[in-house]
Amino acid sequence: MELLGNQILAGVATGAIYACMALAVVMIFQAIDQLNFAQGEMAMLSTFVGWQLMQWGVPYWGAFALTLLLSFAGGVAIERLLFKPLADAPILTHVAGFIALLAILNSVAGQTWDFTIKQFPTPFGWSPFLGSKLISTHQAGMIGVTLVLLALLYGFFQFTRIGLAMRAAASMPESARLVGINTSWMVALGWGMASAIGAIAGMLIAPVVFLEPNMMGGVLIYGFAAAVLGGLSSPLGAVVGGFLVGVFENLAGTYIPGVGNELKLPIALALIVTVLVLRPHGLFGRAVVKRV
Amino acid sequence: MSALLSVKDLRAYYGPVQALHGLDFALQQGSLTALLGANGAGKTTTLRAICAMVRATGAISFDGTPLAGRATENIVRLGIAHVPQGRGTFATMSVAENLQLGAISRGDNKIGADIERMYGHFPVLKERHRQQAGTLSGGEQQMLAVARALMLRPRLLLLDEPSFGLAPLVVRELFGILGKINRDDNVTILVVEQNAELALALADQAYVIETGRIVMAGPAAEIAANQDVRKSYLGY
Amino acid sequence: MSALQDLVTDVAAVPATPTKSLRLGMLASLAVLLLLLGAPLLLKSFVIFQITMVLIYAIAILGLNILTGGSGQVSLGHSAFYAIGAYSSAILIEHYDVHYGLTLPVAGVVCFAFGFLFGLPALRLSGVYLALATFALAIAMPQLLKLSVFERWTGGVQGLVVTKPDAPFGLPISQDVWLYGVTLAIALAVYLTAVNLLTSRSGRAMMAIRDNEIAACAMGVDVALYKTLAFGISAGITGVAGGLGAIAVQFVAPDSYTIQLAIALFVGMVVGGVGWLPGSLVGAGFIVFVPNLAEGISKGLSGAVFGVILILVIFLAPHGARQIATRVQHWMHRLRSK
Repeated sequence: MELLGNQILAGVATGAIYACMALAVVMIFQAIDQLNFAQGEMAMLSTFVGWQLMQWGVPYWGAFALTLLLSFAGGVAIERLLFKPLADAPILTHVAGFIALLAILNSVAGQTWDFTIKQFPTPFGWSPFLGSKLISTHQAGMIGVTLVLLALLYGFFQFTRIGLAMRAAASMPESARLVGINTSWMVALGWGMASAIGAIAGMLIAPVVFLEPNMMGGVLIYGFAAAVLGGLSSPLGAVVGGFLVGVFENLAGTYIPGVGNELKLPIALALIVTVLVLRPHGLFGRAVVKRV
Repeated sequence: MSALLSVKDLRAYYGPVQALHGLDFALQQGSLTALLGANGAGKTTTLRAICAMVRATGAISFDGTPLAGRATENIVRLGIAHVPQGRGTFATMSVAENLQLGAISRGDNKIGADIERMYGHFPVLKERHRQQAGTLSGGEQQMLAVARALMLRPRLLLLDEPSFGLAPLVVRELFGILGKINRDDNVTILVVEQNAELALALADQAYVIETGRIVMAGPAAEIAANQDVRKSYLGY
Repeated sequence: MSALQDLVTDVAAVPATPTKSLRLGMLASLAVLLLLLGAPLLLKSFVIFQITMVLIYAIAILGLNILTGGSGQVSLGHSAFYAIGAYSSAILIEHYDVHYGLTLPVAGVVCFAFGFLFGLPALRLSGVYLALATFALAIAMPQLLKLSVFERWTGGVQGLVVTKPDAPFGLPISQDVWLYGVTLAIALAVYLTAVNLLTSRSGRAMMAIRDNEIAACAMGVDVALYKTLAFGISAGITGVAGGLGAIAVQFVAPDSYTIQLAIALFVGMVVGGVGWLPGSLVGAGFIVFVPNLAEGISKGLSGAVFGVILILVIFLAPHGARQIATRVQHWMHRLRSK
């Protein structure tokens, strides 16, 4: 029984990573109705920017804030330069665009900072959290940041005018224009916010997985899985999904015989596909009635 | 009286197909004008062309400001509210949120008071203010759409078939409110209708269009009185 | 929500070709075929090998195209079916001494079965959800192939070496040229079958589903059957390509069939034009040659060069090679009518 409890706790700790990434995934999905396959690489590049700033002597929180600003601007710029011109292209072409962006960012980061792993500092430290060896203060800090982020996003979408306008633009673009919303800029804003959230995720994840150009590959897949499990339209669902995926992955690794590290990912994905088959819009997603 | 909206030589296209063949008309400040015609005559296209929602050429000016080259949202911000066909309510959002969205481009602090005013016009919306717009009945959605448009405090209100799919009693109630808004709040209204009899009773001016051209214009009462026009164009 | 439907409706329709442009298309196809037939006489054997790979990927992309362009379902997991096809051929050839020619239909049938079975749960999913499920399949496949349970057959992480067949009847041509010929013949057969399939009753049923599932259902199309069939056929064709690929490369290993392959196939489909079967060849050429080209331009930044080229292509032709073909057709038509 104690083993079970410990494994769940450890799973929650890993799940925080996925939850954080899933929030960024949901953010962009809200704005553009698509999964951005380059999101992981965007977060990775942001993390490198933060690392570089710290190398230049900027203190942690200064670098953190500056990275968020730069990432926001970068996200907006990517949308303006790359995806706005493709606005009328088919959706599958956009996906090809994400893949191109992924290749570019990965390659540029590798060329600039090379592929050796780098340490990334944590502001929370690594001591045991509340005396538990399974969860460190960094992981606890990460869970805390994720929850705060979730609350902020909820408040933003529910109680601010710009949040309301973003939701309107995402759900019914034509009607949104008819009440005077500049939907095109709402999309750019969504990219900027997603990019900034991704930067937070990257900087929290980097102390755990170490900083290198391919650090986000695996994390993004879990982030997608968590977001889809939660239902893609709900930030709360994304966070819950992240924790669930983390816990399940850990439990499967511990209790199902023959599941080593190799099979953890396929098993987690299989679970998600199963959930999707039973609930095609995720755990928290709203099913929309189809009309002819 | 001066023209609030003037339209000259308006031509609109859907791909290679031309839908409007040079429309000229003007809406006087404070008027209530009906745009009549059969299915496919180009009524909806005319409204969409005013709001830059369809490729069009010609000169449209609103209170002296030319609209050419402006995006839909910027035209709306000048004070032109458009209730589109199919109502365009934000189905997954609450009634109250829909009303707030109507005023999203306004910077003043009287929005709360205006929402209360809308609840005065349409009491049913107050009862259902927390309900998702998509779950309202057709008539309630139409009222919400009109209320949302009025939240802009528009100077010109464009209505696309407000009576579509509504029970006669509901239509009468809705048209009563439209007339009141036109008189009391000095909102100029352009209403597209297939139900010509109803629209002519409400309007003071009317245009009849057929296959993208204006074939008749004049005071609503005259057009309603003209037997030939009624028979050949309006079908009653 | 809108994305889920857009994905389906956005897929450009396979047009009912007017007879006038048919002739032009025919001429172009014949020219391409002649070039492909003449290639072995003119080119070095490494280039022949590369063109063989282009043809093989073209078959795989064609399979994907039938699924996405035909029935509107998205897959980011076709590397899995390609892998199953490759392993089927390799295992039969190496462990059971089956003639390589016979292993290809087997690979097709095995993959059809897998695709059909995968299509059943996929029925419940659409748009991004289906994309993620297939993506998961692609991620899982290399791990499954490494499992020690199957090691007796698959060779585990090491994979299997496949012998390249000699030309039969003592024909005086190299192995590469012979395999090229076989691949070309199969590619042609698959292409013609696919064209016939899409213009048949079943093809029209699939396209009706792609354009409007509810309306198709109301017209009496068995939506579930055709969607799973499309998955099966698509996987089967891609499996044949996988089998050919195993023979051409002379080697199968789990890490040859990662998500990168699935993404490459997807990019090839988009570059060629979703739903336009001849585009599969163009897309295959893109995914074989452009990475090499990028490597040649800059070793360190090859990924970035590839990305930039891909972006340029989708900026210039968001609907892929099909868009260019349509434009050329317009010009030719205008020239002739002048």
